[in-house]
Amino acid sequence: MAYSDKVLDHYNNPRNVGKLDNADKTVGTGIVGAPECGDVMKLQIKVSDDGVIEDAKFKTFGCGSAIASSSLATEWVKGKTVEQALEIRNTDIVEELSLPPVKIHCSVLAEDAIRAALSDYRSKQGTPGAALTDAPAPSGSEG
Amino acid sequence: MTHNIYLDNNATTPMDPAVFEAMRPYFVEMYGNAASRSHSFGWDAEKAVETARQHIADLLGCGPKEIVFTSGATESDNIAIKGAVEMLAKKGRHVITAVTEHKAVLDTCKYLESTGRADVTYLEVDKFGRVSVEQVAAAMRDDTILVTLMAANNEIGTIHPVAEIGALCRERGIWFHSDATQAIGKLPFDVDALKVDIASLSGHKIYGPKGVGALYVRRRNPRVRLTPVIHGGGHERGMRSGTLNVPGIVGLGEACRLAKERLAIDTEHCRGLRDRFEQKILGALDHVALNGHPEHRLPNTANLSFAFVEGESMIMGIPGVAVSSGSACTSASLEPSYVLRALGVGDDMAHSSIRFSMGRFTTEAEVDEAAVEVIGAVQRLREMSPLYELALEGVDLSTIEWDAAEKH
Repeated sequence: MAYSDKVLDHYNNPRNVGKLDNADKTVGTGIVGAPECGDVMKLQIKVSDDGVIEDAKFKTFGCGSAIASSSLATEWVKGKTVEQALEIRNTDIVEELSLPPVKIHCSVLAEDAIRAALSDYRSKQGTPGAALTDAPAPSGSEG
Repeated sequence: MTHNIYLDNNATTPMDPAVFEAMRPYFVEMYGNAASRSHSFGWDAEKAVETARQHIADLLGCGPKEIVFTSGATESDNIAIKGAVEMLAKKGRHVITAVTEHKAVLDTCKYLESTGRADVTYLEVDKFGRVSVEQVAAAMRDDTILVTLMAANNEIGTIHPVAEIGALCRERGIWFHSDATQAIGKLPFDVDALKVDIASLSGHKIYGPKGVGALYVRRRNPRVRLTPVIHGGGHERGMRSGTLNVPGIVGLGEACRLAKERLAIDTEHCRGLRDRFEQKILGALDHVALNGHPEHRLPNTANLSFAFVEGESMIMGIPGVAVSSGSACTSASLEPSYVLRALGVGDDMAHSSIRFSMGRFTTEAEVDEAAVEVIGAVQRLREMSPLYELALEGVDLSTIEWDAAEKH
């Protein structure tokens, strides 16, 4: 399979690999996917007092396109407000990375990861109606 | 992306230059039809074909009249199974095979089932990918006409107890077909010692050309006759019509001659490299699992699962090394390897599997370089793996309720 230059770039030089302190109330963590499916993405955001995502980190188990999608997602959410980050769509990721149809699920997962992280952040903040997605963060993870 | 180190010899092998040289005259100069009886062009072609047939017979320990040329192992498997089922339709309709067979066997069996021509038992395998002779015996019925089991598996290299199963089939008067595509050239394969009645082999897995293979069909004790799949001029004792692929057959013959001559050398060479590679990997990395049987395994094959790392990303991480993965992501199906699933390897570990298969032309320097690349890639990818992070924190991944996204 031929990868686009952008996928290769993110794979070879992933942005924002790492972790943030999940005990911090300004940090939201989203873990989506499943090992059995061959993709697990963990995306974390740290939100400043004025509601801007000031940092983002990811770790991904998955193919090159999954790694690239999550790397791109961290790049894109940084500097955005929570509301702006919610507007990121998987189709934007598909377009940016020139993902082939068989890899669209990687972009879907990245969008899910962003939403899960934002949802976790909002519930930590006690924001009413916090649930942004149906998918709860996997239990047992991150203590 | 340039792959300099080829460790995918179970997929196909480079042609041995000696094979290419043997084939060369049969394209432009000696182009006769082996079935032409009226001139020297035909006689020369026929002579070349018969020499090749003898080389194959020598490798398998059979007579040259027991060799039928085909387009490859897939066609050989089709003729063997469809031909036997049809030929023996009045005797019975039950076929025994195993879940880890090549698709050429499995899909042929499924086709015969779907058209109502056969009942098929698909034997499960143990965690190493092996079936036992007891399993085969237990599956046999009064109307069993054929047992078809590969000699060695292409993905994991596991070797079935072929001789024991052959003896059982002979005792019960049931034909035994074995797809020997991966075993040929890597293991001794003597059809009398193994009591195999029908066997499939392919040129391009043994440093010969693609598009040519053979079927061994026993002529006595028992006399096996197969209803043809391809009808026409009655070539190959009527079992496979079609003008013979003379250059391809010459190449297959030469490849088999070399395989017999070099069996011990090739085997030891591959085993030495494979073991060296495995030791380097296992010495440097933890959480690496071997898929396949530790002992009853092809000497050239190492199928390894690198936990917490997905196979396709591994392949991207070793751009200088050509290998294959049991991960879904390298196929269009998005399903991980059915062979690994059959072993009970979890889907997560199937997604993390890489097959390394050494060959006659693999060098020690290549294996060492590949090991360095693999180790580096695994370490780098584990650093960015959320699963590795959880495992380091002591979380048992199997206890987590994953959000198995409905999109998958």
